[in-house]
Amino acid sequence: MATDYGRIVRDGLWDNNGVLAMLLGMCPTMAMTTSATNGLGMGLATAVVMAASSFMVAAFRNYITREVRIPVYILIVAANVTFVDLTMNAWMHELYKVLGLFIPLIVSNCLPLARLESFASKEPVLPSLMDGIFMGLGFTLALTLIGAVREIFGSGTLFADASLLLGPAFKFMELRIMPADMGVLMMILPPGGFLVTGLVVVGKRLLDIRAGKGIQMAGAHSV
Amino acid sequence: MNPLMKQGTLIHAAILGVFCLGFGIFLGLTELATRDAIAARAMEDRQNSLGQVIPASLHDNNPVIDNLTMQDAEGNDITIYRARKAGQVTGVAYEIHGSGYAGHMKFMLGVDAEGRVLGVRALSHKETPGLGDKIEIKKGDWILQFAGLSLGNPPAEKWKVKKDGGQFDQFTGATITPRGTVTAIRHGLEFFAANQAKLLEVR
Repeated sequence: MATDYGRIVRDGLWDNNGVLAMLLGMCPTMAMTTSATNGLGMGLATAVVMAASSFMVAAFRNYITREVRIPVYILIVAANVTFVDLTMNAWMHELYKVLGLFIPLIVSNCLPLARLESFASKEPVLPSLMDGIFMGLGFTLALTLIGAVREIFGSGTLFADASLLLGPAFKFMELRIMPADMGVLMMILPPGGFLVTGLVVVGKRLLDIRAGKGIQMAGAHSV
Repeated sequence: MNPLMKQGTLIHAAILGVFCLGFGIFLGLTELATRDAIAARAMEDRQNSLGQVIPASLHDNNPVIDNLTMQDAEGNDITIYRARKAGQVTGVAYEIHGSGYAGHMKFMLGVDAEGRVLGVRALSHKETPGLGDKIEIKKGDWILQFAGLSLGNPPAEKWKVKKDGGQFDQFTGATITPRGTVTAIRHGLEFFAANQAKLLEVR
């Protein structure tokens, strides 16, 4: 059977989005979305780890027995996270100073593990790589969206410090939407994370209903 | 079904062991390849943070390397970075600690040979974003007002925030953070006064 790559892309980015549909990876979603830039950075780092881990698990899938698969998956995710952490610290140090705190947290994210278990362990290398990339990008999309809402209402800015993350060429992204003292502090504190995540999930479902799609209530599943 | 899956427990242990060994070697090699670069970056970071509290004009040495370890009044180890010009100690910098609204706050304090503050910078803290984080140089210039001050200037009873009868402004909505910061700096200067001879000793 030919693999439906369009389906993988749509599932990852929207239909079966890790945060907005499956409600996985809530820990980094709540903790790292105090600004759109933080959300974007955390999302991209997670996407890199997910793509590499999915690729490796798919490549080794015939050698990993059922009984030890969970420790092996965790080992693979943790090794990738450590690799990204070390190489970024050494050769992308400016970026590391912004993202460094978040990277070890990727190990505690259950989204990569869920995709390894439900997708990469059953599918060939290429579809698994695609699934890792697009699930990761969907995660990035959700975190950036939640971060943007919290940042606009909490600090009155959008993509503040984006040039630290992406380079000076992205200075234009840094916007001030409203004066700093108009921000609602709660939005960048933990309660704001819960509120905004909930509202964004509701928003996604309303859009899906309007588009005539059934709401996917299912957890992590394969294609 | 994969033939490997029908065998006993041993095979699972062997598989897990092979994966651990393989990824262990992989990470070991990564660490080896990045070790020097990471050490160099850490040195640059430290130089940058020292450079903010010790002006470059004060020294011709590298204070990051010229350090010594001492014990403060509570018996904690602190590392002293010394700035020298022509061998003479012109200033020192060390980390000071305070407690804020949300726990521990860490600063780097630079002091010249006469005991005047050269500069203070927040290194790490967990204060409320938008309220207490104005102690960061990125968020405001509140922390700059300490430059040039010393234990006698202002007098000891004025080394407090205004709310406690001192001379330093608190922030709107946050008193505990500035109070902790002022106290930390005062303690830092008291440490300098108590150990001045040893800090400035030429070795």
